[in-house]
Amino acid sequence: MDDIKYTTPQFHPTPDFGTPKRVAEKQVSLNIDGVEVSVPEGTSIMHAAQVCGVTVPKLCATDSLEPFGSCRLCLVEIEGRKGYPASCTTPVAEGLKVHTQTSKLADVRRGVMELYISDHPLDCLTCAANGDCELQDMAGAVGLREVRYGYEGENHLKLEKDESNPYFTFDPSKCIVCSRCVRACEETQGTFALTIEGRGFGSKVSAGGSSFMESECVSCGACVQACPTATLMEKTVIEAGTPEHSITTTCAYCGVGCSFNAEMKGEEVVRMSPNKDGGANHGHSCVKGRFAWGYATHKDRITTPMIRKTIHDEWQVVSWDEAINYAASEIKRIEAKYGKDAMGGITSSRCTNEEVYVTQKLVRAVFGTNNVDTCARVCHSPTGYGLKQTIGESAGTQTFDSVMQSDVIMIIGANPTDGHPVFASQMKRRLREGAKLIIADPRAIDLVENSPHVRADYHLNLRPGTNVALISALAHVVVTEGLVKEDFVRERCEWDSYEAWRDFVAKPENSPEALEETLGVKAQTMREAARLFATAGNGAIYYGLGVTEHSQGSTMVMGIANLAMATGNVGREGVGINPLRGQNNVQGSCDMGSMPHEYPGYRHVSDPAAKALFEAAWDRPLSPEPGLRIPNMLDLAGEGRFKALYCVGEDIAQSDPNTQHVTHALESMECVIVQDLFLNETAMYAHVFFPGASFLEKSGTFTNAERRISPVRRVMAPKNGNGENGLEDWEITAKLSEALGYPMHYNHASEIMDEIAALTPTFKGVSFKKLDELGSIQWPCNDEAPTGTPTMHIDEFVRGKGKFFVTQYVPTTEKVNAKYPLIMTTGRILSQYNVGAQTRRTKNVEWHAEDVVEIHPHDAEDRGIKQGDWIGITSRAGETVLRANLTERVQLGVIYTTFHHPESGANVITTDNSDWATNCPEFKVTAVQVTRVNQLSDWQKHYSTFAEAQIAFANKSDDKQVWQPA
Amino acid sequence: MQNETLIKMANQVGDFFGADPNKTQANIEIANHLNRFWTLDMRQQIAKYVSEESGAGLHAQVVTAISQHLKI
Repeated sequence: MDDIKYTTPQFHPTPDFGTPKRVAEKQVSLNIDGVEVSVPEGTSIMHAAQVCGVTVPKLCATDSLEPFGSCRLCLVEIEGRKGYPASCTTPVAEGLKVHTQTSKLADVRRGVMELYISDHPLDCLTCAANGDCELQDMAGAVGLREVRYGYEGENHLKLEKDESNPYFTFDPSKCIVCSRCVRACEETQGTFALTIEGRGFGSKVSAGGSSFMESECVSCGACVQACPTATLMEKTVIEAGTPEHSITTTCAYCGVGCSFNAEMKGEEVVRMSPNKDGGANHGHSCVKGRFAWGYATHKDRITTPMIRKTIHDEWQVVSWDEAINYAASEIKRIEAKYGKDAMGGITSSRCTNEEVYVTQKLVRAVFGTNNVDTCARVCHSPTGYGLKQTIGESAGTQTFDSVMQSDVIMIIGANPTDGHPVFASQMKRRLREGAKLIIADPRAIDLVENSPHVRADYHLNLRPGTNVALISALAHVVVTEGLVKEDFVRERCEWDSYEAWRDFVAKPENSPEALEETLGVKAQTMREAARLFATAGNGAIYYGLGVTEHSQGSTMVMGIANLAMATGNVGREGVGINPLRGQNNVQGSCDMGSMPHEYPGYRHVSDPAAKALFEAAWDRPLSPEPGLRIPNMLDLAGEGRFKALYCVGEDIAQSDPNTQHVTHALESMECVIVQDLFLNETAMYAHVFFPGASFLEKSGTFTNAERRISPVRRVMAPKNGNGENGLEDWEITAKLSEALGYPMHYNHASEIMDEIAALTPTFKGVSFKKLDELGSIQWPCNDEAPTGTPTMHIDEFVRGKGKFFVTQYVPTTEKVNAKYPLIMTTGRILSQYNVGAQTRRTKNVEWHAEDVVEIHPHDAEDRGIKQGDWIGITSRAGETVLRANLTERVQLGVIYTTFHHPESGANVITTDNSDWATNCPEFKVTAVQVTRVNQLSDWQKHYSTFAEAQIAFANKSDDKQVWQPA
Repeated sequence: MQNETLIKMANQVGDFFGADPNKTQANIEIANHLNRFWTLDMRQQIAKYVSEESGAGLHAQVVTAISQHLKI
C-alpha cells in the first residue's frame, strides 16, 4: 500500500489577502502597479493587490479580520489623490491607478518599522517565532537596516509572560499592539475576552485585567492564529520549534468537522492549525480541535493487542496474528454453539466512514446477521428516522454557511457554544448582524444572555420532556393565525397529510394557553415566538440531543419538519432543518449502513433490490431481517442469548444509559472484542483488545453535520504495532474478516470509498481523488451534482412531496413523584468531549476536572445543600454522588450534569426509557431525588475497585507473557 | 427478551401512529414499524404473546395491528 499516497506533504499556504473577500454583483476595475485587475465592489486595495500577486507590507491586517488601519505599513499612493492612504481600509474604485512601491512609501514604511523595532526584543535567533514571524518578515520586506532611536528608552521589554493557559503563552514584551488578537476574539470567536487596556504608549493587550485562565477566554486559539509575532504562541512550538511540513486533515471531535493543517516535524505533530480553506470552519477552531490532540501519544494509550480468558484475568500481550486468530476462533465457537444471531457488532461515530463500512460488511456478510448498530442509536437515531419520514433523507438540509442568510434562528435542545463551538461562532456573527433568536431549552444556555452582544429574543424554558407539546403549541399559532405558507405547502407537500396535521394542531388542546401549565412557558411568549419564526423572513431551526434523547425524540424531529414545511422554510439558503451532530462522524456512520435495518445509503435490508445488489457485490447471502439494536443486544445478553460483540471505537459502558444494566450484559457475554485507543470502560469487560490507530495515523473520511465528507489523512504511522507494522483500523477489521474465511481485498482506505461509491447512489461521485481536488464534498454527489449538494430539497423533497405527521404529545412514563421529585437532565461542556476518553487525557481537564451537578439554589436550600457539597443523586435505576453547583441557569425542580468522567456515574442514574421509534435513550429526563451525603455511592466504590484492578491487569501485561488459549 | 420490554415498546409505537385519525392506516403503520425495525424473534414473541395471553397490557389498537398485519 505504500505506493499509494493521497496525502499532500508539501505545504502550500494560501496567501493572506489582508482583508476579507467581498461578495458583490458589481465588479470594479483598477490598475495596481501597472496590472489591470477587476474585483467585487467593496474589496480593499490591499486585497485587490494580492489578487494580482502584489503583496503590500502589513502587520495589523489579515484576511480573517475586518481592516483596522493601525499599523500604517500598508500605505499606498493613488494617482490623483493626496497623501498615503492605508490600502487595507481604502476600498477599490473604478479606474484607480495605485502604486504600492515608491521611494517615498519605502521611506515611510522603514520609519514605521524602525519605531516598532525600537521597542521589540532583538532575540530573533532564540525566539519561538523565528522563521514564522510577520514582524521579522516586514523588517526584511521594508529593508530596515538600523534603528536610530536606540533601545534604551522607555519600553515594554520587561513585561511578564502570562503562561496560565496550558496550551499557549502570552508574552507582552513581544506585542506590537496590532489588535489582531482582540479583533479575532471578537469577530472570529465572538467571546470578547480580550481588550486593549490603556492609551497611547501605555496601550496593551489584556484578558480583561486578569490572567488568560481566569478570564472569559475559551482557548479557541483564534488570537494565537491571528498574532503576527511570538506574543501569543503555542507551547508546543516553543518546545519543538517551527514545523517543517503540513498535511491537511479533519478534526476527530464534534460534528462541525473542522479542517486542520497538521503541522509536522517528521512524524511528530507540532501544532494543529485551522485551515482557512476548510468548508466547515473557514480557519476557525475550538479548544478541543486546535489544542487537545495530545491524547494520541498519552501514556495510557494501549498499543499492543491483548487477550484473556475471562474478565477476571490479567491481559496477555500477543501478536496481531494471535489476537486476530483468537478472536476469530471465539466467534466461530460461539456461532457453532449459539448461532449467528447471538453475535453482533457496534461501530462508533468516532470511526471513519471506511471503518464503519467494513465493520457492517463484516457483520452482515461474514457473521451472517444484521446485528450491527452504531452509537447514533443513543444520540441522533430519531433524526435519521424523523427526517426520512417527513422529507425523505436522513440528514440536515443546509450548509453551516447558510446561517449567514438567516433572519430568525430557532435553537431547540442544543448548546452550540459548548457542543459545536466553531459553528456557534459563525451563528453569533450572524446574530450580531441582527438575526433574531429563539431558544427552546429547559436551561439557560450561554446564548440566552451570557454571550456578549447576543441575546435571545425569546427563551422558551420548557420543562424537560415536553418538547412535543411545545412544537404543537407553536404550530397551533402558525396554523390558527394564518401564518402558514400555503403556496409552498400546496406545491411541495402532500396536501392530505397537511390537512390532517393542520386540523390536529388547530385543536384547542394544542393551543399555547392549554399547554402553558404542562410546558411551564407563558402562552403569550410562545405566541410571540411562533409569530416571529413564521414572519421574520428566512427561518432556520437548529437542534441537538435535547430534541432526540427523549421518549418522543422521533416525534419531535417530525414536529420540527412539520413546522419548517408549514412556514416554507426548506429548500434554500438561510432556512432549513439542521441537526447539530454530536460526534465527528454521526452522519457518516449512519450513511454507511451501520444501523441494523439498513444498508449503506439508508436502504432497508428487506428491500429486494438492495439485498441483491449487496449480495452480488459481497458474494455472500444476506439476511432480509432487521437485526438487533444496541439495547436489544444488551437485553438479550443479560438473558444469556447474545454472546459475542465486536465493539469498534465505542464505549457503551460509559455512554449508554443504565450503566449497571450495560455492565451486567457485558459480563454475561463470552467474547467481547474492543477496538480502541484506550482501555475504556467497555474494554474492562472485554476478552480481546485490538489497539486502534488515532485519527492522525490513518486515512479515511468523516462526514459532518452538513453532509460534508472531509478527508482524514495519515500524518504518521500507526502506533499500534508492538514491534510489527501498525495497522489502520479498517485493516484490523479486514484481518479479522480474513481469519473468518472472507478476505477483504483493499490496499488502501480509498478503495473502500470506491466500493461505497459504487454501491451507494448518493456517494456515486465521491473518491479520494476528488476530495483531494475539492477539499471536501457535501453529499449527494453524483452525475447530477458532481461537486456535491450544499443545500438539499431545493425544487422538490427527496421523497417527492413533503409529508406532515400528526405529532400527539405523550408524556414520558419517567414521572416525578414524592420519592423522585426532581428531573435530571444531561449535557456537554466545551472543554470535554463525549465520554472524555480523549479530552480527559489532555490539559483540557484544567477547565473541567470533574462533572458537577447544577441545582437551583431554592432546591438546594430545601435540602440543606451548599455550593460544593457532595450530593447523592438517586433514580429508579441507581445512585451516584457528585459535587453541587448552585445556579439559576437550571429551573426549579430540574438538575443538570455532564458525563465526561466515568467515575461520575451519570449514566448509573439514567433509565432504560427510550424513543418509541428508535430506542434512542431518554437521557434528558430522569426522575431523581438528591440529598447531602458524605461519601461516594456504592456503585462508585465498586467502580473504583473494579477499574483499579482492570487497569492493573492491563499494566501487568507489559511483561509480555505468551498465553496459549485452551 | 422480556415480554414487558416488548409490550412497552409496542405500546409506544401505538401511541404515535394511533394519533392518525385514519385507524385502518394507523394499524398498518404500527405493524409495519415492527416489521421494519424489530427482529423476527421479537415479532414472533409478541405475536405469540398476543395469541396466548390475549395481548394483556398491550393497547387494543396494537393488538389489532399485530393480529392483522405483523409479518412472522
